[in-house]
Amino acid sequence: MLTYEMASVEATQALAARLGEVVQAGDVLCLSGDLGAGKTTFTQGLARGLGVEEPVSSPTFTIIKEYDDGRIPLYHMDIYRLGEAAVHEDLGYDEYFYGAGVSVIEWSEYLEDLLPEDRLLAHITIAEGGGRHLVFTATGPRATARLKELEQLCPTSH
Amino acid sequence: MGFLERVRQKYIADRASGKPVVILGIESSCDETSASVIRDGHEILSNIVSSQIEIHKRFGGVVPEVASRRHVENVNDVVEEALQQAGVTIEDLSAVAVTYGPGLVGALLVGVSWAKGLCWSKGIPMIGVQHIAGHIYANFLSGGMEPPLLALVVSGGHTELVHMPAHGEFEFLGRTRDDAAGEAYDKVGRAMGLPYPGGPQIDRLALEGNPQAYAFPRAWIDERSMDFSFSGLKSAVLNTMHNAEQRGEPWKVEDISASFQAAVVEVLVEKTVRAVHHTGVKNVVVAGGVAANRGLRAALTKRAEEAGFHVHFPRFDLCSDNAAMIAAAAFPMYLQGKFHDLDLNAIASLSLTKWKDTPTISL
Repeated sequence: MLTYEMASVEATQALAARLGEVVQAGDVLCLSGDLGAGKTTFTQGLARGLGVEEPVSSPTFTIIKEYDDGRIPLYHMDIYRLGEAAVHEDLGYDEYFYGAGVSVIEWSEYLEDLLPEDRLLAHITIAEGGGRHLVFTATGPRATARLKELEQLCPTSH
Repeated sequence: MGFLERVRQKYIADRASGKPVVILGIESSCDETSASVIRDGHEILSNIVSSQIEIHKRFGGVVPEVASRRHVENVNDVVEEALQQAGVTIEDLSAVAVTYGPGLVGALLVGVSWAKGLCWSKGIPMIGVQHIAGHIYANFLSGGMEPPLLALVVSGGHTELVHMPAHGEFEFLGRTRDDAAGEAYDKVGRAMGLPYPGGPQIDRLALEGNPQAYAFPRAWIDERSMDFSFSGLKSAVLNTMHNAEQRGEPWKVEDISASFQAAVVEVLVEKTVRAVHHTGVKNVVVAGGVAANRGLRAALTKRAEEAGFHVHFPRFDLCSDNAAMIAAAAFPMYLQGKFHDLDLNAIASLSLTKWKDTPTISL
């Protein structure tokens, strides 16, 4: 587990950008946090780290947005709109999760049974004073390796 | 005879005959499977959207039609219904237009593959259409204006100001840096406990509320920018509600709706005015689901009168996804004799400005 206290949007995006520099094809990042916690903001930072030039906006309506102009493709998904029915919807999830890019998934709990076992979880909460509290958890060796790389680039204060 | 040669002969014969141009449009990029037949680029003979007809039993009507499997189930019936209502047969078709991006690749592929199969077997010219261009061309179905145009594209997935110097040509003047306007509507609606999609509900409730009840922020970014940002506004609304609840103060859903809508609409309207001043183009069309928003329609119409430009909105029923707009967008390409070959592919991230870069065959 890796935790960060971020004072500003810029700091959160900078951290996410460092993660974007180290992620690999086939990595799956599940993002959670309340409405307004900054999940899209985080993904924008990650996209910047990947070298994506296109503006990253929320995928809620379109469910999946693909960005192909970075180091590796970014698949940004928001499963909220599908809800419980998500597991019955054949959207070709496996082609994203095990594909040539990194998948960032919001509301991934609706996909629980379809997600790869080895994944990185990031939970964002709004801290007192408006900052952000980020908790990263890895559920397998691939994700653990990624967290180690992130920690080297961005040492935590504790 | 190969596909190209058959298509060429048909096109030459159809153009020489002087008969009307009848285009079948197919749209399957996201929630809806839709087929439509339009005549001469603007006259709708039929426009069938899968959610409007009970083709198959649905999951209570709330689950979006995103699964390619269900597009496959729908596409035959929807096209057949469109042809029947229009009173035309496949032999009457001048061309087939199909959405090939952006959208969910599996969903897009259903329409694209279906169109290819039909066009190949019958030797019909095929035109791939970019989905957002389709929304812009929805304006041409109700007496819209000719380019050069400005388009304000506002939907759940997009918020963009687009300059359209000529048919099929687009350049971005500004776009959202975070949430789309429709997205902000939905999230604020969600926080207030309104059913999905929140936009139409908020629009309705806003009429009964006080737009000055809360001073929500307007994201101008800077004096000249034509970009948008709605994430801060969304957070401000959520904070206001949260703080009121913490203090045990009630908030009125009508007042939040009215004040939120006022903030969104003011930014959309004023950035559009900026785009008019920046380009000198005085014809504006509005496109996308939020084009149906009454608050936006009223405010932009009023501001256009004051500032001396023309604004045009699609018919209410053509603001959401439909195939008529796809067929309409294909019409200028048909007249130019520009078509796509059978190697047309679905492109999940196809940008509006990249539509013209997909190779075409000229007849």
